[in-house]
Amino acid sequence: MKNWQKHTGLILPILALVGMVLWPTISGSVAARESIFTILKAIALASSLNILLGYTGYVSFGHIVYYGFGGYIGFFLLTAQGWPLWSAMLAGGVSSALLAFLLGKAILRLRGAYFALATIGVNEAMRNLVTKLDFIGGPTGLTLNFKTYLAYGGAAKALEMSFYVLALIVLAAILLSHFVRISKFGLGLLAIRENEDAAEVMGVNAPDAKTWAYVLSAIIPGIVGVLFFFKNGNVEPNDAFPLHSSIELLVMVMLGGQGTVLGPILGAFAYQGMRGFLVTNAFFKDIQLSVSGAILLMIVLFFPSGAIGWLRQRLPALRRILA
Amino acid sequence: MQQINLLLASLPDGILLGFVYGVAAMGLTLIWGVMNVINLSHGPIIALGMFGSYLAFIKLGINPYLALFLIAAAGLLLGIVIYMVAVNRVINAPHLSSLLATFSVNMIIIGLGTAAFTTSPYNVDFSMGQIQIGSTSLLGTRLIAALVAILVTGSLYIFLYRTRPGKYIRAVANNRSAAELMGIPSTQILALSFGLGTMLAAIAGGLIATFFPFSILSGGGYELKSFVIGVLGGLGNPVGALAGGLVLGVLESIIPAFMEASWVPVIEFGLFIVILLVKPSGLFGAKK
Repeated sequence: MKNWQKHTGLILPILALVGMVLWPTISGSVAARESIFTILKAIALASSLNILLGYTGYVSFGHIVYYGFGGYIGFFLLTAQGWPLWSAMLAGGVSSALLAFLLGKAILRLRGAYFALATIGVNEAMRNLVTKLDFIGGPTGLTLNFKTYLAYGGAAKALEMSFYVLALIVLAAILLSHFVRISKFGLGLLAIRENEDAAEVMGVNAPDAKTWAYVLSAIIPGIVGVLFFFKNGNVEPNDAFPLHSSIELLVMVMLGGQGTVLGPILGAFAYQGMRGFLVTNAFFKDIQLSVSGAILLMIVLFFPSGAIGWLRQRLPALRRILA
Repeated sequence: MQQINLLLASLPDGILLGFVYGVAAMGLTLIWGVMNVINLSHGPIIALGMFGSYLAFIKLGINPYLALFLIAAAGLLLGIVIYMVAVNRVINAPHLSSLLATFSVNMIIIGLGTAAFTTSPYNVDFSMGQIQIGSTSLLGTRLIAALVAILVTGSLYIFLYRTRPGKYIRAVANNRSAAELMGIPSTQILALSFGLGTMLAAIAGGLIATFFPFSILSGGGYELKSFVIGVLGGLGNPVGALAGGLVLGVLESIIPAFMEASWVPVIEFGLFIVILLVKPSGLFGAKK
C-alpha cells in the first residue's frame, strides 16, 4: 500500500474541483455557474503554465498565445468546416502542441529574461499576423452561426454543457500537473529549474525535457481556447491574444505557489475572487488595477514562494497533502 | 516612381522618430545593462512623461521643451523611489521576481493614471511649423525632438564616461561585489541607474507627446518597441539602442511604401524573434 501515498497531493485539488462543480449544480444559479466558469478556465490555464514556469523555471510572458492559436484553429474548423466541437477541441490542442514543439525547439535555447522577451515577441507577432489573415476574419475575427448550438440542444444547453466539459478539462490539467510532478521526467524538470548546466551533467537531456514540458503546457490552453470561443460565439484577435492575460496567469501561479499542484488552483481562485470583489466594490472600482498591483508587489517582495510554498515551509507535517 | 516619392517623403520622418524611440529604448537598456532587470514599468513611465508634457503645457502654459527639465527631474525621482520600494529587495532573486515586481509597479501606475486621466486620448496641441526640403516637409516638432534626443544621448555618454557617478555606474554594472569592495555605495548607484533609466523613458514620453495623441495606455506600445530596439542594438548597450531606434524608425517608414502599414508590427516582432535567436547580443553588441 505504499503506492497511494505518492498521490495524496491530489486529494485537495480534486476536492476543490468537485466543490466548485457541485455548487452551481446544486444551487442551480446561472450567475454562480458563470463565475465558476471563469475561475475554472483560469485554473486550467494557470496549471498548464505551471508546468513550464513552476517545474522548469522558464518565465513565459506569452503563454496565452497557445490559448489563442488553438482556439482560432478549432473555431475555424467548427465554423467554416462544420467540425463537431469534440474534434475541433482535439484539433485545437494538437495544433497548439505542434506550435509549441516547433517554437520550443527555437526559443527554449534562450534563457532567463531573453526567453521571457521572446515569448512576448511571439504573442505580439501572432496577434498582428492573425489580424492580417482574411480567411479567419482579419481584425473582426469569426462568429459562430447560432444554429451550431442546435446540435448540442440549443444555446442554453450548450452553455451548461460547456461548463461540465471545462470541469473535465480542469481535471485533466490537474492530473497532468500531478503526474508530471511525480514522474522521473518531472524530476528532470525540477533539476533544470535549479541549475540547468548541473542537470545536464547529471544526465538530464535538457533540450528535450524543456521542449516536452513546453508542449505539455501548451495542449490544455489550446483545448480551453476552442471551448471558450465556442461558448462565447465569436473570436477576435484581441480576445485571443491578450498580453495582459498571460501576465495575470503568472500572478495566479505566483500567488498560489509555483511548482506545486495545488498552488495554481488556489492562486487562480484567489485572484479571480479578489478581482471580482475589487471591480464591484464602490471604493476600489476605479483603482482596482492599482490595488491588485500593490498586492502582487507585496507577494513578490515578502512571500516569493506563494501561499502553498509558505504553508509548506511552516507546516512540514502537511507537505504530503499540500503538494 | 510613386514608391520612391513616398519613400523620400516618409524616410526623414522615420529617422527623426527613430531618435526618439532610441531614447526610450536607452532607458530600458541602461537598466538591463547595470542590474539585469527588465523594467516592465517602462511603458507607463513613458505615458507619465506624455502627461507631464500635457499638464505643463495645457494647464501651466510652460513651453513643452522647457517642461522636459521638470519631466526629467520627476522621472529621475520616480525611478529612485520605484527602485527602493520594488526592485531593491529582489535584485538578486530569479528573473521572475524582478519582472513581476516591476510589472506590479506598471499595474499601480496604470490604475492610478486611469483613475486620474481616464483612458481617453489626450493631445498636446503644439506646433513649431515645418521645413520644406524639395518635396519632403519636416515637422518642426519632430526635428527638435530628434535634436533633443541626440543631446540627451550625448549628455548620457559624457555622464557615464567623464563623471565620477557615471564611472561608478559602469563599475557596478561590470562587477557589483568588486565595486562594493572599492568603496562604491552600490545600492545608491543602482537606484541612480534605475532613476536615469526612467528619466530617459519620461523624456521620450514628453517628446512623443508633442507630435502624437496619447492616453495612459499608449506607453505599452512604446515599451514593446523599446524591447525590440533594445534587442536589436544589444541589451545593455546605450549607443546601440540609439542605432536600433534608427533602424526601427527607418523600417517603419519604408515598409508602408511596399505593403500595407498594418504589416509593420508583424515584421517588427518577427525580426525581434529572429534576432533573439540568431544573435541575442544584438546587431551592435551587448554589454561586455
